[in-house]
Amino acid sequence: MSVKIRIPTPLRKLTHDEEIVHVDAATVGAAIAELQSRYPGIQERLTDEAGGVRRFVNVYVNEEDIRFLQNQETSLKDGDEVSIIPAIAGG
Amino acid sequence: MKALKCRECGREYPLTANHVCEFDFGPLEVVYDYDRIKQSMTRAVIESRPKSMWRFRELLPIAGEPTVGLQVGGTPLIKADRLARRLGIRELWIKNDAVNYPTLSFKDRVVSVALSRARELGFTTVACASTGNLANSVAANAAASGLKAYVFIPSDLEQSKVINSLIYGGNVIGIKGHYDEVNRLCAEIAGKYPWAFVNVNMRPYYAEGSKSMGLEIIEQSGWRIPRHTVVCMASGSLLTKIHKSYQEAIKLGLAEDVKHRIHGAQATGCSPITTAQKLGLDFFKPVKPNTIAKSLAIGTPADGFYALKVMKETNGSSDDVTDDQIREGIKLLAECEGIFAETAGGVTIGVAKKLIASGAIPADDSAVLCITGNGLKTLDAVAAHAGYTREIKPSLREFEALLDHDTRTTAHA
Repeated sequence: MSVKIRIPTPLRKLTHDEEIVHVDAATVGAAIAELQSRYPGIQERLTDEAGGVRRFVNVYVNEEDIRFLQNQETSLKDGDEVSIIPAIAGG
Repeated sequence: MKALKCRECGREYPLTANHVCEFDFGPLEVVYDYDRIKQSMTRAVIESRPKSMWRFRELLPIAGEPTVGLQVGGTPLIKADRLARRLGIRELWIKNDAVNYPTLSFKDRVVSVALSRARELGFTTVACASTGNLANSVAANAAASGLKAYVFIPSDLEQSKVINSLIYGGNVIGIKGHYDEVNRLCAEIAGKYPWAFVNVNMRPYYAEGSKSMGLEIIEQSGWRIPRHTVVCMASGSLLTKIHKSYQEAIKLGLAEDVKHRIHGAQATGCSPITTAQKLGLDFFKPVKPNTIAKSLAIGTPADGFYALKVMKETNGSSDDVTDDQIREGIKLLAECEGIFAETAGGVTIGVAKKLIASGAIPADDSAVLCITGNGLKTLDAVAAHAGYTREIKPSLREFEALLDHDTRTTAHA
């Protein structure tokens, strides 16, 4: 499944300043693994030692928070857009 | 101030417009040199300064003198005897930020700091994602200081809050979505444009402004930390910063270290933090908000973890209230103390009522309730519930008939 991943500013150093990265992956977890193989070091920013997404990282598939879907098991289809956004706050 | 430090892993960063740890996306917080501050920040020095939030200058994160919001803060701490009797508690105080200058909410505190610091860092455009009060405050304070402003709000926000932002002439952008979506967009914009987003890239400085509310409470209580403080929670930031201010006051010798409990309040229609607290969890589950308390409608509260930690450490409780209970809370405060609070204030009163009734706040104790915004901002929420006028012709006879009817009705009651 060819998907588009939006990389947040703090991680662009690791992706050669690329804001958008295209990967082939069937699930969110697979997409993260694919990012890691291309840009080593990115995985430990996104997931902790237990393998779960870090608590201050929000991941969206087509604007839906994966915590409302199937977390890293969330399946992806062609053309899906995955956004990685640091958690933010009130106003 | 010394540096920015990650609250998760402890890594330190320089004092720039940065809110997120590079390593684990943890939020950055301003850290201070308390030993140095202690030498100059005494009760006497504080008492000699003008009655604004900047009284507590050394604990607010700007390098030089404040340039925005010099009159902010110094709001009344009211002894609420009638409300105390109604709620069944010995002593009750209301910290009334509903009358804060200039935009009638506690947000003026955080915005003064953020904009003063933004100026120091060379920004000329300021922005924010907001559920209403923050937009009002950024729009107003930006206008007053000649900064360009872009405020982003959910497009279904209360009319009064929308007008209250538009009037200052900045750019008000309505997003067709709920607050969390507005926030996400702002994070993306902040990553692309050299703007000072007060609650995104300027967040560490911005958040510190809330401490002034806690410090004022302490000073106004005779340099004492209240035994119980009830704080409403959107992101949870205010609650954590009030706690931080209490801890700093102890550290600096401004107040004695006495047992104090901090309780959180949310609306049932958006209660990720209180739900977790009541279940004894350290983490919350994000929700999709649905409540009249729009200023508290944040489904993924970024300070949720820390608010839970503060309530746990101080042995505080929490609860949430329905829309009807919120309206009841607003009316109770207005009828007993003549203070008209917005829906977030109704949440605070409603939850305080529940916590006192359950004994979580003991009846023979004393509590401070933090009221964060003015009722004029959320008129829609109470419009149909405020009661009604009785209309008569301009005739003395008609009026006396009305009065007579009232007297007879009261006599029978």
